[in-house]
Amino acid sequence: MNLPIKFLPPLVWLVRVLVGAYPRWIGSVPSANQRIYFANHSSHMDTLVLWAALPHSLRANTRPVAARDYWGVGGIRQQIAQEELNVVMIDRARENPDADPLEPLQEALGLGFSLIIFPEGTRQPQPLPGPFKSGLYRLAQAFPQVELIPVYLENLHRSMPKGALLPVPIISTVTFGAALKVGEDEERDAFLERARQAVVALADLDLVMA
Amino acid sequence: MTVQETSFAVLAGLVVLFAAATALGTWLAGRTRDAIKLAWIGQLNTRIRTAWVIVLLFAAAFLLGDTAVLIFFAIASFFALREFIALTPIRSSDHAAVVLAFYVVIPVQYLLIAAEWRAMYAVFIPVYVFLVLPVVMALRQDTTNYLVRIAKVQWGLMICVYCVSHAPAIVTLDLPGQEGRGPLLLLYFLLVVQMADLLAVIASAAFGRTPLKSNPNKSREGVLAGGGAAVVLGTALAWMTPFQWWQATLMSFAIVVAGFMGGLVLASVERSLGARIWTDDGVLLTRGTLQRVDALTFAAPVFFHLALYFFMP
Repeated sequence: MNLPIKFLPPLVWLVRVLVGAYPRWIGSVPSANQRIYFANHSSHMDTLVLWAALPHSLRANTRPVAARDYWGVGGIRQQIAQEELNVVMIDRARENPDADPLEPLQEALGLGFSLIIFPEGTRQPQPLPGPFKSGLYRLAQAFPQVELIPVYLENLHRSMPKGALLPVPIISTVTFGAALKVGEDEERDAFLERARQAVVALADLDLVMA
Repeated sequence: MTVQETSFAVLAGLVVLFAAATALGTWLAGRTRDAIKLAWIGQLNTRIRTAWVIVLLFAAAFLLGDTAVLIFFAIASFFALREFIALTPIRSSDHAAVVLAFYVVIPVQYLLIAAEWRAMYAVFIPVYVFLVLPVVMALRQDTTNYLVRIAKVQWGLMICVYCVSHAPAIVTLDLPGQEGRGPLLLLYFLLVVQMADLLAVIASAAFGRTPLKSNPNKSREGVLAGGGAAVVLGTALAWMTPFQWWQATLMSFAIVVAGFMGGLVLASVERSLGARIWTDDGVLLTRGTLQRVDALTFAAPVFFHLALYFFMP
């Protein structure tokens, strides 16, 4: 199937009209500085939602990192991944066990792109993130000048009671937090837990503000 | 001139005017590389696009009737409320209240306006919804931040549904001797609201000194000059309305002042929620429905009420 996506309305409009993807910047502001946005992951829509929440001027230079086994299978999905999102494909299956799965990410960072990553590695059933994989730590060490921005993705629909008679409209909100840095001699696990807590803190923020 | 002839002449005039503005805006945007200037031109072009929406809306009212205008604003209410609910914290026990707001309050309010049942739509949200919402929320037995949660949904409904719906209600006013001229009155209102904003941006670029905290692309001097120019424009357009020229001056003054207050209040709400976004080089990003209807939300009910109170016998 080869849909002419050029003739559809711009993808970013579509995402914004259908699910909102409303951004909130708390602790950082949009910037052309090179960044790694890392977020919780519980839906197939997450990549599109985070990307659509970024302002126009940053989208062209920001590439989502996504699994080849989901986004690289051809059809409209692959077309969106390549032509619209400019996805950095990552091998979850690790067909070649000697290859470093982070290599494409390092290459993109080396070229000056910002990245969107989901450090849990796979979708989680709960809204709050599970343990992070070590990739974030290794990238942060290899590229110390890149800002690490925690992002919390919330979907109102999912936080509502299951099996309710009338579903509320799908509304997703994207909260960007303050940049993190790896400490001088911070251990890998300590940093990953601190990064996870930074995302959790953005989820709790609503209760603090309420 | 008949209503049709007047409407057609106005429509043609606006198309020519805004086509010129669009051409100018595009030409300016292509000429500069300077980030601050580009941001300013971006602000200008956003407002010119909004002006086109007004023209299309008026054309739709002219060709398809008042229902088209009502449907347009009902959709605007939906998107504004969705944005408001997205940005304010909601708990799962608020489910019933949110469902009520989206699927009952919006359709009922606009159906009441379509039925021109003025005495009912004036009080439906501020009285009946105001009384029913806390009951619906109390039934869930979740009293954490009870008052704050009710207040947020009620406030969102007042701004996004009650206030916005008073813009299309202007079409149904039918003041004496003005039957069928409702769309012209709505157009008059929208033009004054939009021009106050557009002229403020232009005037701020020309001689702005003190930038506003809520929008660095506007200045205190620019807002005063732009507002003044919009009042002059409102006076000059008095022939579109049932007002004498001095009445049109006062009416457009009310629109401009209320619109400015609406912009100020919604900017403060957005800032408190982290949803009013500046990039690190000081450029304000325009995003979402709330930001586009901010002046209208305050100006519409004020204009509607003043017109009803002073011009309906």
